[in-house]
Amino acid sequence: MHPAFSVIFLTTLLGAGQGLYLAMVTGQLYAVARFLPAQADQFYAIGSLVALLLLIAGLGASFFHLGRPERAWRAAAMWRTSWLSREVIVLPIVMALVFAYGVAHWFGWTRPLFQVGAVLQVDLTLLLGVLGTIASLALFVCTAMIYAAVRFLQEWHTPLTVSNFLFLGAASGFMLAAAYSAYIGNPLVTFYGTWAVILTLVGLASRLAHLRRNARLKHKSTVQTAIGVRHANVVQKAQGATGGSFNTREFFHGRRQSLVERLRTVYLALVFPIPVLLIGLSYLIGSSNLPIIAFFVQFAGLLIERWSFFAEARHPQNLYYQSVA
Amino acid sequence: MTQLALVIDLNVCVGCHACVTSCKEWNTSGWAGPLVDQNPYEGSPTGTFFNRVQTFEVGTFPNTETVHFPKSCLHCEEPPCVPVCPTGASYKRPDNGVVLVDYDKCIGCKYCSWACPYGARELDEQQKVMKKCTLCIDRITDAKLSERDRKPSCVLACPANARLFGDVHDPDSEVSIAIRERGGYQLMPEWGTKPANHYLPRQKTRMHIDPEELTRVDNPWRKEDLTDYTGEETLDDVAW
Repeated sequence: MHPAFSVIFLTTLLGAGQGLYLAMVTGQLYAVARFLPAQADQFYAIGSLVALLLLIAGLGASFFHLGRPERAWRAAAMWRTSWLSREVIVLPIVMALVFAYGVAHWFGWTRPLFQVGAVLQVDLTLLLGVLGTIASLALFVCTAMIYAAVRFLQEWHTPLTVSNFLFLGAASGFMLAAAYSAYIGNPLVTFYGTWAVILTLVGLASRLAHLRRNARLKHKSTVQTAIGVRHANVVQKAQGATGGSFNTREFFHGRRQSLVERLRTVYLALVFPIPVLLIGLSYLIGSSNLPIIAFFVQFAGLLIERWSFFAEARHPQNLYYQSVA
Repeated sequence: MTQLALVIDLNVCVGCHACVTSCKEWNTSGWAGPLVDQNPYEGSPTGTFFNRVQTFEVGTFPNTETVHFPKSCLHCEEPPCVPVCPTGASYKRPDNGVVLVDYDKCIGCKYCSWACPYGARELDEQQKVMKKCTLCIDRITDAKLSERDRKPSCVLACPANARLFGDVHDPDSEVSIAIRERGGYQLMPEWGTKPANHYLPRQKTRMHIDPEELTRVDNPWRKEDLTDYTGEETLDDVAW
């Protein structure tokens, strides 16, 4: 498949935004449970604002993917059957909840509304946080299922696509939360850094399992089933166009296989070991710059990872577009 | 239920591209707007087509065979491109089974093209909407045309009569009989998309001759001739 930059930025920015928001809510939940000291409301408010900006940037990137962006509102129609439609519905819900969560913190609307049990004081921010978390997890599923649901792209048609999007997105968001805490000198950097490392390692397991599965993948379609001629030796001589077509532009990455393999090594290094080592090193020397570097290194790696995700997928229609006479 | 479809006879397709050009001519001139081309007269011409003729070579030289393979939307009975469309622009007509795109609703997200294993959909680079074969829906449903003309443009243009058009759900239609009696098959049956279009395989007329038919092993002369020959002239040596 052709890796479109609009979709690469859409999925990675949404992942980081959702992850950062989940990190804010996680931090608040830990504080409610008294595992962590409570933070000033401003901390959560600014974190949510950054998450919202990332979500808006991702949404903006998605418009570049559309041929007719002015009609984008129509895309909410077919939510019964289309994961793309479901994403179009869930994304604004997540954005609204992230915005509301940030606003509730900013204005300090934290007077308990009711009490559960003896100790749990439920306020507006906690309610919005829980709702936003559910919506955010649903958005991860919707975004990933757009790819995982296309059964013809066998490289994508696996639950590992969903786990990759979820864990890699969450990892980059928690990494950003660590960077944010480090930037403002908040001691939560250790908490977020540890979670970022855990999520990165889970993401690594998921991505490696995905690569291993795809390396052994047997494609269902062959040129024999494509044209229905039973012969071991069928070679395409002409594809009906000399200057290429939509089919040759959309479904081929047009790069050498060696580049795809080299970039795989690059992103496996940038996304997983390097940020983990940087976070570990920041604990040792108490640096506030290293978590910030770790986030940007990992995000750059995730852009390459998403590029590879597209480049590695081989569409069965390519059997009809193997050579130009 | 009616399911209109094409049946393409690979046995007689000569790869002349008449179906491609007549399809382009009809569908670029219609109410839906042109099928746009880029660089039509330059080094790298490209554009939107509903129908393409591809060529495959089967076998190893010198024992090769050239297969010309016309490819357009197969109007699947289980079209995987329809449910993925977020706007409902892609749909299958309930009355005749033709899979169509509403160009006024399409947002050009290309998701339907990912969900088609046959590469039958092409994004128009100027109008930025997804396009595909309509089976010339504006011809075949036009009651003002004569019965003879109420067929897709490609079918009318084919000089070899390699393209048949009709209702594959009607067991007595020309297309159903062709599929039944001449080994009609579907492309990529492994995906369960149930393409309505079928292809008729290449067929060769061969005469089978046994070696026994060339040399007469049961020559009655041999059997009944009990003479011991010792070099003398026989009837075979006589020349008149």
